[in-house]
Amino acid sequence: MSKTLFEKIWEKHVVDTLPDGTIQLYIDRLYCHEVTSPQAFAGLRSRGLKPFRPDRITCMPDHNIPTLGQERPIEDPVSRKQVETLEENAKLFGLTYYGMNHPKNGIIHVVGPENGLTQPGMTLVCGDSHTSTHGAMGAIAFGIGTSEVEMTLATQCIMQRKPKTMRIVVDGKLKHGVTAKDIALYIISEMTTGGATGYFVEYAGEAIRNTTMEERLTICNLSIEMGARGGMIAPDEVTFEYLKGREYSPKGKEWDEAVAYWKTLCTDDDAVFDKEVHYRAEDIEPMVTYGTNPGMGIGIKENIPTVESVDEAGRISFKKSLEYMGFNGGDPIQGKPIDYVFLGSCTNGRIEDFRAFASIVKGRKKADNVVVWLVPGSWAVEKQLKDEGIDKILEEAGFQLRQPGCSACLAMNDDKVPAGKYAVSTSNRNFEGRQGPGARTILAGPLVAAAAAVTGVITDPRELMN
Amino acid sequence: MKDKVTVITSTCVPLPLENVDTDQIIPARFLKATTKEGFGDNLFRDWRYDKNDKPNPDFVLNQDTYKGEILVGGKNFGSGSSREHAAWAIGGYGFRVIVSSFFADIFKNNSMNNGLLPVVVSPEFLSEVFDNVKADPAVTLTVDLPNQTITNNKTKRVEHFEINAYKKDCLVNGLDDIDYLLSNRQKIEAYEKAL
Repeated sequence: MSKTLFEKIWEKHVVDTLPDGTIQLYIDRLYCHEVTSPQAFAGLRSRGLKPFRPDRITCMPDHNIPTLGQERPIEDPVSRKQVETLEENAKLFGLTYYGMNHPKNGIIHVVGPENGLTQPGMTLVCGDSHTSTHGAMGAIAFGIGTSEVEMTLATQCIMQRKPKTMRIVVDGKLKHGVTAKDIALYIISEMTTGGATGYFVEYAGEAIRNTTMEERLTICNLSIEMGARGGMIAPDEVTFEYLKGREYSPKGKEWDEAVAYWKTLCTDDDAVFDKEVHYRAEDIEPMVTYGTNPGMGIGIKENIPTVESVDEAGRISFKKSLEYMGFNGGDPIQGKPIDYVFLGSCTNGRIEDFRAFASIVKGRKKADNVVVWLVPGSWAVEKQLKDEGIDKILEEAGFQLRQPGCSACLAMNDDKVPAGKYAVSTSNRNFEGRQGPGARTILAGPLVAAAAAVTGVITDPRELMN
Repeated sequence: MKDKVTVITSTCVPLPLENVDTDQIIPARFLKATTKEGFGDNLFRDWRYDKNDKPNPDFVLNQDTYKGEILVGGKNFGSGSSREHAAWAIGGYGFRVIVSSFFADIFKNNSMNNGLLPVVVSPEFLSEVFDNVKADPAVTLTVDLPNQTITNNKTKRVEHFEINAYKKDCLVNGLDDIDYLLSNRQKIEAYEKAL
């Protein structure tokens, strides 16, 4: 029988099926960060259990860690305790742990792929909704809650309902100056923030096939922002090329066998999805959000929608959203002054994002009215951008690099945008208060962020490109 | 063992907003604890208190008129982050049931794993509840998990709600998935051998 990519991997991981259809699913990899794991480890200990398969678990702190002065202990005692708790748990149970300042530390969703921990065909979970990132490598990867982290620690399994399947096809070629982030924000604006709830998405089509591995990670990362359980892309030569030689990638004969298997991981021609959606790449412009959920996105040259253009049931929420942002329906978004720029996060904190940012700011100067935080996704990204001399380009333009971590994406450390201030952010959520109480977030890709950083206003990056 | 959920009749607290995300339910700066206790104090923190930590009188949790064990929210409740702290905050505050026309996936699982019952109703049922409770905060709802029904006791409107048999059994008996998974460990080992 013909199968989708999702079904091929899912079915291979079913340990047991209950009479009502609930599935006991085997998990190949569990990633743990400091925020969503302490209660799971505590639960495990209170039951007198140990991790069932410690070699399938990797731990690292990323949410709380400061992006300046990582050489010193964390100042905030509560943050410090949470990070120390993860370290103690990892040590106690003999789990792989990349602590703050370890050369392999960084945002867990950046570190997993760059070390070859994430591989095609795997099932992978983490107590973090952006675990969907790893689907870019042809894995079934999704976020779970802390109770499910405890289940995975205890048994390497979780109880799940099989999600419905959706294929999102992006046909054609992208226009100049349009990035992977723009593809994702465009899709989410079309689907709405809850439009893919209950589905596991496979991205396909010419525009997806033509992306690099890092661009795929950006697209799959944002799957959760339309409510999808996860998103994935069939592995191909781009995936294999990316994985070859990385620390945890198979080697020698095992590599050849793995690639032979990975090549079977594609949706069969006549497989049927529960839902199928098509978009045209040439319809996608550089995108920005204007509201307080990631579905509230528009092309940078468009005007902010009016309350009247929204369904009646959604008008209270829409009005509240525009009031929070201090925007008027009908106004253009281009030219709006901004106060902060954040480049980083598991969405856009990789080397290609820094290259893109640098390509715009090279030979220009940071706008005086803007505070800019440039936060690499991992120490490996930081090293590479220094190796490539990108740090010099950034410095000459008046920018400073910070140290890796989740940073201002959710402002659990000191990187908080003040109340009422506007931040153009390459992260994934523009919820109220996400980047600090009262902060106003405008989500965008690295090119739009760079254009805002040098002009001080929301600017179409194509105006600054050759 | 968790609290068992069977039949609950209560007045309710209405929150007629759509897309209430888990960052609003419990903002990230309150996620630093290493236990599950105390999150209820910061439930809806930035809607409930102003920047000087004074209660915001316009927010429903600060209005004595509305009380109860049932929280009623707009469409797409619990979207965003996977933080189970959101379920701990709602449960910790004292809610036992959340009613909406649509829940985000991870939040729904997290709720059920904490003895907090998410009940999906039709948009018509939901808007009627919002109207009735606004007109008369003493209106009660009855949620009957064994029979999978929810009743608006003002209008006597009854709806059947869906929940899978496995999860229902866990909630009614106060069991969790780990109890079940541990009892099924032999199958896990057999699965691994066959890899």
